[in-house]
Amino acid sequence: MNFPEELKYTDSHEWVKMLDEQTALIGLTEYAQSELGDLVFVNLPEVDTELSAGEAMADVESVKAVSDVYSPVTGRVEEVNEELLDHPEFINETPYDSWLVKAADIADTVTLLSAEEYAELVEKEQQ
Amino acid sequence: MQLITEKGREGRGLSLLPPCDVERVRPDEADCRKLPLGMPAVSETEISRHYSALARRTHGVNDGFYPLGSCTMKYNPKVDEEAAALPGFTKVHPLQPVETVQGCMEVLYLAEKYLCEITGMAAMTFQPAAGAHGEFTGLLLIKAWHHSRGDEKRTKIIVPDSAHGTNPASAAMAGFTVVNVPSAPDGSVDLNALRKAVGEDTAGLMLTNPNTVGMFDENILEITKIVHEAGGLNYYDGANLNAVMGIARPGDMGFDVVHLNLHKTFATPHGGGGPGSGPVGCKEILTPFLPGARVMRKENGSYGWTGGEQTIGSVKAFYGNFLVVVRALTYILTLGREGIPEASRNAVLNANYLREKIKDAYPMAYDGLCMHEFVVSLEEWKDKYGVTALDAAKALLDHGIHPPTMYFPLIVHEALMFEPTETESRETLDEAADALLEIARLAQTDPEALHASPRTTPIGRPDEVGAARHPVLRG
Amino acid sequence: MGSYVPGTKEEQQEMLQAIGLDSFDQLFEKIPKEVRVEKLDLPAGLPELSAAEKMEEIAGKNRVFRHIFRGAGAYNHYIPAIVRSVVTKENFVTAYTPYQAEISQGILQSIFEYQTLICRLTGMDVSNASVYDGATAAAEAAAMCCDRKRSVICIASTSHPSVISTVRTYAFGSGAEVILAPQKDGRTDAEKLKEILNGQTACLYVQQPNYYGQLEDCEALAGLAHEAGAKFIMGCNPIALGILKTPAECGADIAVGDGQPLGMPLAWGGPYLGFMAAKENLMRKLPGRIVGETKDDKGNRAFVLTLQAREQHIRREKASSNICSNQALCALTAAVYLSAMGDGGLKEAASQCYAKAHYLQKELAAAGLRPKYSGDFFHEFVTEGEVHSSVVLKWLEEKGILGGLPLSSRDILWCVTEKNTKEEMDDVVSAVKEVIRICS
Repeated sequence: MNFPEELKYTDSHEWVKMLDEQTALIGLTEYAQSELGDLVFVNLPEVDTELSAGEAMADVESVKAVSDVYSPVTGRVEEVNEELLDHPEFINETPYDSWLVKAADIADTVTLLSAEEYAELVEKEQQ
Repeated sequence: MQLITEKGREGRGLSLLPPCDVERVRPDEADCRKLPLGMPAVSETEISRHYSALARRTHGVNDGFYPLGSCTMKYNPKVDEEAAALPGFTKVHPLQPVETVQGCMEVLYLAEKYLCEITGMAAMTFQPAAGAHGEFTGLLLIKAWHHSRGDEKRTKIIVPDSAHGTNPASAAMAGFTVVNVPSAPDGSVDLNALRKAVGEDTAGLMLTNPNTVGMFDENILEITKIVHEAGGLNYYDGANLNAVMGIARPGDMGFDVVHLNLHKTFATPHGGGGPGSGPVGCKEILTPFLPGARVMRKENGSYGWTGGEQTIGSVKAFYGNFLVVVRALTYILTLGREGIPEASRNAVLNANYLREKIKDAYPMAYDGLCMHEFVVSLEEWKDKYGVTALDAAKALLDHGIHPPTMYFPLIVHEALMFEPTETESRETLDEAADALLEIARLAQTDPEALHASPRTTPIGRPDEVGAARHPVLRG
Repeated sequence: MGSYVPGTKEEQQEMLQAIGLDSFDQLFEKIPKEVRVEKLDLPAGLPELSAAEKMEEIAGKNRVFRHIFRGAGAYNHYIPAIVRSVVTKENFVTAYTPYQAEISQGILQSIFEYQTLICRLTGMDVSNASVYDGATAAAEAAAMCCDRKRSVICIASTSHPSVISTVRTYAFGSGAEVILAPQKDGRTDAEKLKEILNGQTACLYVQQPNYYGQLEDCEALAGLAHEAGAKFIMGCNPIALGILKTPAECGADIAVGDGQPLGMPLAWGGPYLGFMAAKENLMRKLPGRIVGETKDDKGNRAFVLTLQAREQHIRREKASSNICSNQALCALTAAVYLSAMGDGGLKEAASQCYAKAHYLQKELAAAGLRPKYSGDFFHEFVTEGEVHSSVVLKWLEEKGILGGLPLSSRDILWCVTEKNTKEEMDDVVSAVKEVIRICS
């Protein structure tokens, strides 16, 4: 499974790509999408919604399940990836290009893992 | 198959109404629809054949074994249907004068009396149209009771993690916050977790007993006491009453309010998803808050309406799904005081019999005798043979058996939940066991055969992902 | 006594032995002694013949009126014979919710057809598979519109009292506020309504025709709701939609109503049918089951329950509603009814309702029961008179006629459908004349 080096990860399976010190893209990892199965819909937050690190900010639906996506950061929603509303399958196909939320005004984050640390976590979960 | 809207042709139709015998006045053109109607233009033959074809593509209880856990798919007696079709019931307007609907009122009066006796409750409303509607109603009674005591801080409802999805959803609709408590390893309520969860903000607890894994919670009196001592009330979800009717009463277990599913326990048909009926019974402290009006019997033997000023209001128009209550009353009259517990005893016997026959091949999620249903976990099959609960369920379709409930309760992985009900014969159970054992054998020897099932049904496995990603919701 | 248990006593004993037990009691050992039932205080069970007779005897205590002029939420329309024939088919009656699509294509397709016909009838984009009745449909629709910013539900005071009460009860649960839109001359007062709609208003609910039978100016009312940023919910009588302007044409965001007039018997109030249809953008907020079209693994047309992640069994406390069982068989009834009626039959039923109601109103006015409101109406209207309503209605009752619904000592709400003949209406009018003459 692919966990790009340049990204940071959370233990709830989101990836974070810091664009600068206060802005980041947030998405779901390859492992997350494989566990969730074929996604059929994404509920995205409204622009300008306040984000709290560790709190649910969106959810993704498969046919038989719904899972929360947790915000790794405290900040504000600057943009959402509206393309996913019509094409949730992009998360399955290209998880690291399919960001859900662009967060700005980041003041805090949950503990972020490196690619290596995250790979270890996934390995443990798979057992 | 073609849709009814794709059949027929312009100009076809039925001859139904006589010509208008008064002057034809018409509404103002500005008030009239300009959109075409687009109803089918079909003959009566076409309608009849169309729906006969659809009926053939529908598996009902009448077509075969239907061990759908938690849904109590027992046989629907035909005499109940006949009673519900009596013109004396079907042709009565809901707003007729009281003295002209004494029969309807007697139905509600008797159904209330008998169902209160079966549940150990003081009063009952028939307004709720289904189980979930009953849950919502019952929770509002709890809310109204706390409010009437000036206690508006009780905002939390405790729900075990094994509960039906409707429980937390109903609690949320009633404005409560849901507190999920984990189950103990044997599926029962974890008493310590419950003790920690209750407090001054506890409005109540929602519970099924037997619980959703088919086990009777032995600690039931302790559970309801913990909630009562914390100042909360206990709500009994009647989904599983078929295990204990006439044997144990929710009222005696410490429950204050209960809903029943007449379309499960009391043999009324499901109609492909409804109409059901979800009457709510309660103890005396909650009676003043019941919705709608209740029937009371006057000294002269006639029936009248009674209703409290503290009622939560209506949860539906009129008196509920009345014809469903007619069916249930007929059922109760037929079974009577001996037949009610007899039904439950055999529901539990049938479940244990089937369980016993397949338990070596199907890993049971919980040990020991079950009540009216049991849960198996095919997690091991998934790991070893790549065969899922879904595969096993779909393979059953080729044996003419409706699969058990899949992937519920959520606390059991790869769950299949079997509820045979009391109306199935030993031969049926034996045949089902043979089919299940055959599927278990194939899981080991030929898993591909299971992945490819079903083969004999009107369609193969549908593309549910495609349906949800690109919804087509009308023709 | 019957319990529909097939097993004989011997068989039951053998089955007990097969699981290693001697008696039924051992099956229930986990149940504490304190809560065991000694004996139920119920009558002894009845053989089928006796149960059937008992129910017939009870049904016989009701009075069935041959001539019905009462509506107010339950309407006496003609039900084509094919309707009952289809909806009593055992497969449809005894099936559960179609969770197993492969053996439920019949039910699933019938619901899909129902959704199709409701969309066409209302002009809306998407319909769900039904809810309990018109009142709960209104309450569910109002809940769809509420969010953190907007939580005030405005409902026309000209709506059916049960609808108002049900919306209020649901709001007691959710914590939403309910306000009533004022009325003037039996219709919603648009001028006063403007003053109460604002940035907190989630939705405006208006019933068409309203409780008094009057036609509301729904297009204008929808405009007012939208100006305030609120949604417009239109409660519709489905027969009236045969000729009257659709909710889509009026600009409604959500159309709801009670489907009872579409082939369901009066049945003392139920089971009826709640229909709900919405614009495309509200699709994912619709509560309850929805059937979608797809293909099976061989490319055949197939139908499945879809968009299920909205629902309680998956989303639990975050679900849009708790609804699970609905009124599927009633939805089937409505679909068969609409197929039997066709465009022509539905328009004819609607226009006969309209014409006949106008005839009766005119004749009653001449007899001394004056129209209370001045606006146009569909098939219901309110009269006011000098003689006490109960006296008038009792007089009719003695002649085998169920007259209108008494709203007060002076006001009566009448309903006429295609089933009522001129002769019947003339009988009502002469009886009314008689009773007024006697009383004055």
